[in-house]
Amino acid sequence: MVLVPFAGIVLAALHPSGSQLDGLSIPDRWSWETFALAWERGNFTNLMRSSVLIALFVVPLAVAMATLAGFGLAILKVWGHRTLSFGFVMGLTLPIEVIVVALYFNLREVGLTNSYVGVILAEAALFMPFGVYWMQTHFSNVPEELVEAARIDGARDLVVLARVLLPISWPAVTTLSVLYFMWSWNQFMLVLVMMQDPDRRTAPSGLGLFVGQYTTDIPLLAAACLIVIAPIVVVYLIFQRSFVSGITQGAIKG
Amino acid sequence: MARELSPAVSPPRAAPARGGGRAAAGPPRRRGRARGWLYVLPALAVYLGFAIWPALNTLRLSFLTWDGILPPVWAGFSNYIKIFRDSALYEAILHSLALIVFFSVIPIAVGLLMTALLMGKVRRGMTFFRIIFFLPQVLPLVAVGITWRWLYGESGVVNQFLDLVGLGSITRAWLGDYGLALIALGLIGTWVMSGLCMMLFLAGAQKIDPSLYEAARLDGAGAFRQFRHVTVPGVRREITVAGVITTIAALASFDLVFVTTNGGPAGQTNVPGLLVYRLAFNEGDIGGASALAVVLTVIVVAVVSAVRYFTRDDQS
Repeated sequence: MVLVPFAGIVLAALHPSGSQLDGLSIPDRWSWETFALAWERGNFTNLMRSSVLIALFVVPLAVAMATLAGFGLAILKVWGHRTLSFGFVMGLTLPIEVIVVALYFNLREVGLTNSYVGVILAEAALFMPFGVYWMQTHFSNVPEELVEAARIDGARDLVVLARVLLPISWPAVTTLSVLYFMWSWNQFMLVLVMMQDPDRRTAPSGLGLFVGQYTTDIPLLAAACLIVIAPIVVVYLIFQRSFVSGITQGAIKG
Repeated sequence: MARELSPAVSPPRAAPARGGGRAAAGPPRRRGRARGWLYVLPALAVYLGFAIWPALNTLRLSFLTWDGILPPVWAGFSNYIKIFRDSALYEAILHSLALIVFFSVIPIAVGLLMTALLMGKVRRGMTFFRIIFFLPQVLPLVAVGITWRWLYGESGVVNQFLDLVGLGSITRAWLGDYGLALIALGLIGTWVMSGLCMMLFLAGAQKIDPSLYEAARLDGAGAFRQFRHVTVPGVRREITVAGVITTIAALASFDLVFVTTNGGPAGQTNVPGLLVYRLAFNEGDIGGASALAVVLTVIVVAVVSAVRYFTRDDQS
């Protein structure tokens, strides 16, 4: 049941572009040209470049911020940490619609629409509630003796984070990174609104508009779909444990 | 990682000091606490600037009449009143509530059913199944939508299958059918979410103490009653997580609808996200779009709270 759609789309993509397709059918001859054609027609060189560029900046930036904040809230227990935690968690239920309308006009005023910087910062903000919650939870599960021992040795905050906590936090950081990569890669509405320039759109948003142009060319559409999902599937297969643990522990923003 | 409640489940609260460890650790270090703010600041600044500030601005815009160009005019509650008067707008809200049935209720039921059938039978090969069943969760919904558009097509796989089993008479272009498009759309959500629910519940059921089943059997409980009184309460937490994830997905179905039906036929599959996008960026009714976005937010918060409330732990 789960695999039929995948099988269908792979088979469809192997047909020559423009051929009529009736449901599941094995192509007479494997046709790889369809992928090349989809890549070219769909402007995928630019789309992929945008997607990769945005993800490359969003993931480290947002993970670093979330880690620092999680540390401040869970270990340092900064003044007002309860209120701050609550404020971040509230963001988990904010739908993107309520952010994106004013965000577009706010960013238009400061010239950040149609810019990578605007999209990168907006994505980092969207993902922040989950990241802060995630790292905070992780740090508050670290045995206190570890931190106390370092403190007695006279370690400063930054040393505690870098030398004591980070070495035992890689699983949590990895999970957060792969989730962030997935959300960044799959982000659709934000990019659709913020990026008017077709060369700066990301793969999914480009695909969403590609459909309108090639409604009937099923093999071409199927190939384009596979191009868009390939990177995320590869990352998923490599990091499947991280994905699963992240999703099952309530990754509720996508 | 200890099994922590997801944010969706537990009200945010500071982790209790285990065994009073923190309380005994001496007085809080004043200077350190102030400097600690520097750690939180970058995340807070980005979050406030690019999420909270725009959200509050959207709230402000919802009380204005504005086309995005000319000076805005104060509109009071008229944008909100319009939502409840304009059939296209409130029907979109009803559609998204109907989608909850397909994105949440059915997948959770399927997940529980599969858990009942498979419990204790699967040990090996779990990893492979897990990879497969989680796959729909990681794919961009745009690609999922395009795939299903084709499966549902006039000569698509769905109709091919129906022909095969002798139901050739009911084949049609499902996503273009006035009465059935929303259901067809919802079933895509069912496909995306069922695997997740099933995996969640199976993982949860494996942690249930076998002695509880033992006790139930001694009390003469059959398979169904064991499931009802041992398994379901045992995976209550997972049901809450699944409920929250799936309802949020149901209410945020913009990506899927945009590429499959774009709200058609005749507005039968309009959802709030789609109308927010259209009103704000195609029709220049920013006030209306904002009001609808605010109403959607209220609905998301209300539904998530309701899910938490109804699946809460009776003991606590």
